[in-house]
Amino acid sequence: MLRREYIWQVPVRLTHWVNVLSIVVLSFTGYYIGNPYITVSNSEWWGVYFMGTVRYIHFLFAFIFVASLALRTYWAFAGNEWASWRNLFPFLNVEGRKSLGDAIKYYAFLRREPPEVIGHNALAGLTYMFIVALYFVQVFTGFALLGQYNPSGLWYKLTGWIFGLVSNQNIRELHHIIMYLIIVFALQHVYSAFLVDSEEGNGLMSSIFSGFKFLSKDLADRVRAKR
Amino acid sequence: MNEFPEGLEKRLAARGVNRRDFLKFCSLMTATLALPIRYQPKVAAALAAATRPALIWLEFQDCAGNTEALLRASRPPIEKLVLDILSVDYHETIMAPAGKQAEKSLLDSVQANKGKYLVVVEGSIPTKDNGVYCTVGGRSAMDIARQVCGSAAATISAGACSFYGGWPAAAPNPTGAVGVKDLMPGIPLLNMPGCPVNVVNLTAAVVHFLTFGALPATDQFGRPLFAYGTRIHDNCERRAHFDAGEYVQEWGDEGHRKGWCLYKMGCKGPATFHNCPTVRYNDGVSWPVGAGHGCVGCSELGFWDTMSPFYRRLPDVKGFGVEASADQIGVAVVAGVAAAFGAHGVISAIRAQRDPIAKHKDGATPVSTEDTPQAGKGA
Repeated sequence: MLRREYIWQVPVRLTHWVNVLSIVVLSFTGYYIGNPYITVSNSEWWGVYFMGTVRYIHFLFAFIFVASLALRTYWAFAGNEWASWRNLFPFLNVEGRKSLGDAIKYYAFLRREPPEVIGHNALAGLTYMFIVALYFVQVFTGFALLGQYNPSGLWYKLTGWIFGLVSNQNIRELHHIIMYLIIVFALQHVYSAFLVDSEEGNGLMSSIFSGFKFLSKDLADRVRAKR
Repeated sequence: MNEFPEGLEKRLAARGVNRRDFLKFCSLMTATLALPIRYQPKVAAALAAATRPALIWLEFQDCAGNTEALLRASRPPIEKLVLDILSVDYHETIMAPAGKQAEKSLLDSVQANKGKYLVVVEGSIPTKDNGVYCTVGGRSAMDIARQVCGSAAATISAGACSFYGGWPAAAPNPTGAVGVKDLMPGIPLLNMPGCPVNVVNLTAAVVHFLTFGALPATDQFGRPLFAYGTRIHDNCERRAHFDAGEYVQEWGDEGHRKGWCLYKMGCKGPATFHNCPTVRYNDGVSWPVGAGHGCVGCSELGFWDTMSPFYRRLPDVKGFGVEASADQIGVAVVAGVAAAFGAHGVISAIRAQRDPIAKHKDGATPVSTEDTPQAGKGA
């Protein structure tokens, strides 16, 4: 019998959905800024400041995304065991390494059932290590490019040193390429969630809305022991 | 009458330049230096009293493009610059002596004005194979630069080549070309890149030196903030078209004829710091974007490599056989990953049909428990 247990706390779910919204908005607006593929007519009311508006939305959601990352980073230290930063480095402990191996075997069709876990499976945690690193590079390059509007301003003081090492065109290109890597991550993330949800029957998909997962008796007892 | 009376104003008067023109020149320089207008009398007073400092103009691996720009200077005209503001003791292209006599005038000036003269360097300095790829009078460019810049009051590197190496330093940089800042870090140096340098800026830097006795404030690349402190994009006359989303799609199309933004044609204005839109070139007549061609980013470090392709928005991604754009690679990777997960999903679905997972578990049906009040009824 599976038991319903509360795993994902509010900041985990909130930042997840803010990130989803931000990434979708930032990707569309960012692509438009790099390649303005929509031809606008300034005889339309929305056409007189179209690129300006798109850039404004991009910067606005960049700040929302940064706020979300800041909250999630705080929660990685303040939250429960399944929100902890330790989940990003599953290879650091024995249990994590075993779970990692089992997950790889499952995805490679060498094992029938996915490893049953309370929070993230180890392989998912590992992908979050890469995605978090990409988020921070993306935020840094974004603010570096933004800061160029005023070389004596705050953002340029914090980030402008990078242009002594890498040309701003290459920073711009990196910012563009990371967008595609984040899209690749999103594909993988949704597909894996779909697969594990349907195979394991643990309510994984609904858990990111409700916070509750369905766990076997052993794991559910462990969750209660932690509470 | 003394051919060179003391003080610029007197010397100019001797050549028929009246005080009104002199003050107009001072106002132009004050404005170019981005100084408040109350500094104009200070600039005028300093220039009126300035003794003619010696200037040595060195050319190394260059195309003489910065010299060409200098020869077309109209504010002040070149003959005023050479004869009145500065004592140009050595400039291969415009000096009267030639051969051994020319080299002698260089050494004479260095010795006579030790620690007091200005140097302008044009062209990159090759360092490979002991600098044999550029020699003047039997001496390597490295050798000359070390001697002449080493005992100068200040050095101005004019143009992209003496900034970081420029075109000669473009990959694969066969001569090991470097700029003055790379060869002689630590000397009093002002970098004024551009291809070519804008002579109004160059003159303004000299005026700043004469007025304040120091080089102007610079950014992290040693470029004066008055000329390289803001992006071309942010002062561009076509910026309104950028913000509106009106872009030239191809050369000669309707947008191009209407003067729309050149962003999609690869303009590097958003990546380049220079005052071209305000100062312009050739007596303020025009500048590249004004003439309908995108900026190529000539005042930025490594621009031949980092700003190319000049007609595309982003650099190519190297290492993918044929050089490919970031978008081509990105779309291919996303499509490939999507196809891989699609295939994985199909195989997983077939497996779930043949070997249901319920057989491997003691209970796959989620059931609520009585002591979790938030949980609803199980299936």
